[in-house]
This record gives sequence, structure tokens and C-alpha cells, in this order.
Amino acid sequence: MKKVNFALIRELEQEQVREDRPTFRTGDSLRVHLKVREGNRERIQIFEGVVIRHQSGLLGERFTVRRVTSGVGVERVFLLHSPRIDKVEVVRLGKVRRARLYYLRSRVGARATRIKERGRIETTKK
Amino acid sequence: MPVAKMILGRKVGMTQIFAEDGTVVPVTVLEVGPCYVVQRRTEECDGYEAVQIGYLPYDERDVRRAEEMRQLHEQRRKTGNRSKINKEPRGPHRLTLAEYGHFLKHNVPPLRFLQEFRVASPDEFPEGKELRADLFAIGDKVDIAGTSKGRGFAGVVKRYGFRGGRATHGSMFHRKPASGNATDPARIFPGSRRPGHMGAERVTVKGLQVVRADAEKNMLVVKGAVPGPNGGLVVVTQPVRPAVERGKGKLVTFTALEKK
Repeated sequence: MKKVNFALIRELEQEQVREDRPTFRTGDSLRVHLKVREGNRERIQIFEGVVIRHQSGLLGERFTVRRVTSGVGVERVFLLHSPRIDKVEVVRLGKVRRARLYYLRSRVGARATRIKERGRIETTKK
Repeated sequence: MPVAKMILGRKVGMTQIFAEDGTVVPVTVLEVGPCYVVQRRTEECDGYEAVQIGYLPYDERDVRRAEEMRQLHEQRRKTGNRSKINKEPRGPHRLTLAEYGHFLKHNVPPLRFLQEFRVASPDEFPEGKELRADLFAIGDKVDIAGTSKGRGFAGVVKRYGFRGGRATHGSMFHRKPASGNATDPARIFPGSRRPGHMGAERVTVKGLQVVRADAEKNMLVVKGAVPGPNGGLVVVTQPVRPAVERGKGKLVTFTALEKK
């Protein structure tokens, strides 16, 4: 019996995969430029923070950015290929020794944000 | 109720895509057709009007075996040889001679799955007509039937959503179906919900929106979930009267990104 063509899913997703993918790793600091729609106006909102998780997938590839504002931790998950992302700027390269930085959640104060640097940034822009 | 259009296919799986406005839409990808109209059932001949369509050709090997059998029978008929033969097709649903004859008669390739539909305008489906995914258009509301995943002998919590009891503190009542009935009738009323076999039955989801129909790839993409495992047979129909409107009825459109 003819097999089901499971490649169809990949082909469908491939259509919307963005080619302007930024290069970053967990531990890096990013500025995510988001397109926000307010009524008929569209403006850019920036979310800046540390990448604490990066999950693979084709069209579903996603990463989590954490920042601490006025003592409150905020985490946002972004779909890498979402058309709502205008661009992603890499602000700082971080040197970390794990793939998922959940330990940052239990940290307070300066220690919550301090991550060693991993060399200089070559201009990486999305 | 009669249907306007129908096609058979298999579920490929689920994924998500971005709609025009940037929202994420869960979709199910189906591989449908090509199907062929095998036979028309008519009032004069069968007492009712219907269209029989078939899907998924048999492997060449199965067709070859059936053809050999047919020739053997033909020869025996001529020579009057009436001795017993043990050469019926074997294995998982091999094409039997009776089935093979049916396809020969109607001049379509032998197909694994046959299904009849009551169709609103049967004249649109002459015998031998090929049905492909482009039968459906983006925005069409379709009903999709499949065989749900089997859950085996399931308890009352999984099967009927009973709440069960607490796990600790010596309650001794965890996932039991409780009493069942009062003491007065001294019996359990028929139809009471109790443990038993769950799933592996025909389930229809109504009013799914078609997001993409590609006849070349035999691909049909609908918004939402479809019953059954990946690879399971699904029946896609479009009723004459629109079924239950699901969701807000907002049309989901999406486009491929332009690539350099």
C-alpha cells in the first residue's frame, strides 16, 4: 500500500520559514522588535532580555526571552518565524554552560542578570 | 443528508501556520485523492440514488495476482475443469476476484477503499470521473469523519470525565464509578455510564474550514483537529446546507513568504 506522504507537513511549513534568521544562542541578550497593531496604526515595540531557552522546530522554532523589570521577572516566548517579529538584534553574547537557563529564575538582584561575555559582537542583525 | 462534494483521504498530521494577520492557526494536513467514481447507484437499478467512489490503488502485485486468477478461472470455464483450487489471494486485504471484476466492469483501476455517498446532484459524478483536492476551495466548510484512536477498555474517569476521588488520606475512592444508582429500584438503569471500550469508532467533526487545497500534491489543509491517528482514513464531505458554524467563522488566509 502506498505510504502517506508525510513530507507534506514539512513542505507546508517551509513556505513560511523566514530566511533572515538571526544567529544567537542561549545566554545572549536580544532586542526583539515586535510589530504591534493598535487599531489601524502599527508600531514597533522592543522587548529586551536574555535568551533562556531555544526550542527547535521547523516553522515552530521558538525561543524564550527573560528580563527583570522593577523587580518582576518577565518571560516571553517568541516564534522565530512569526511575521509579527520585525527584527532581532543581538546586543550581547553570553557565555553559559547550559542550554536552558532556568536557574536565573531563582536569582535576585544583580546576580539575576549577570552573565559572562563570550567575545565581541559582529554586527548580527535580522 | 445528501452531500455536495466528497473525497477520501488519509490524515498526515497536524502543524501550525501563520495567518495573514500574524496569528498562529492550528491546522491538519490531509492527503486526499485522487479518487475515482466507480459506480452510480440508480433508482431503476438499485432503488436509490448514490455515487460510489474509490480511493488508493492496489499494489501492482495484488492486481497481477487477481488477473492471474481471473485468467485461470476463464480457462477452467472453457475446458470444463471443475476440480478444487486453492489459490485465493492471501495476506492483508488482497484484491479478491469479485472486487477485481467490479473494477474491470467499470473501467477504473482497482482501489482499496470504496464508499457510497448520497449526492445532491449525481449527474456531476459520471462513472470514471477523477476527484482531486481542487474539488474544494479555500474557505469551504467541510465535515471530516475518521476512526478515533482506540483507548481500549477505559475507566469511567477517562471515558466519561467522572471526577473520581482524592488520591491520599485513605479515601479508598480513587477512580471508581461510585454507587451507580439508588437502593430503591434495586437495579441499575440501562444506559448508565460504566467502564468499557472507548475510541476506535467513527467520529465526525463538522464545519472545518479549508485553508489550502492543492490538487498536484493531493493536499488538503483544514483548520482544526481531525479524528484518528496519522495515516488513518478520513472521509471529507461538504454538505449541501452548511453545517454548524464553528468558531467565529472568520476566514483564515495565509500566504507563502517570498523567497529570494
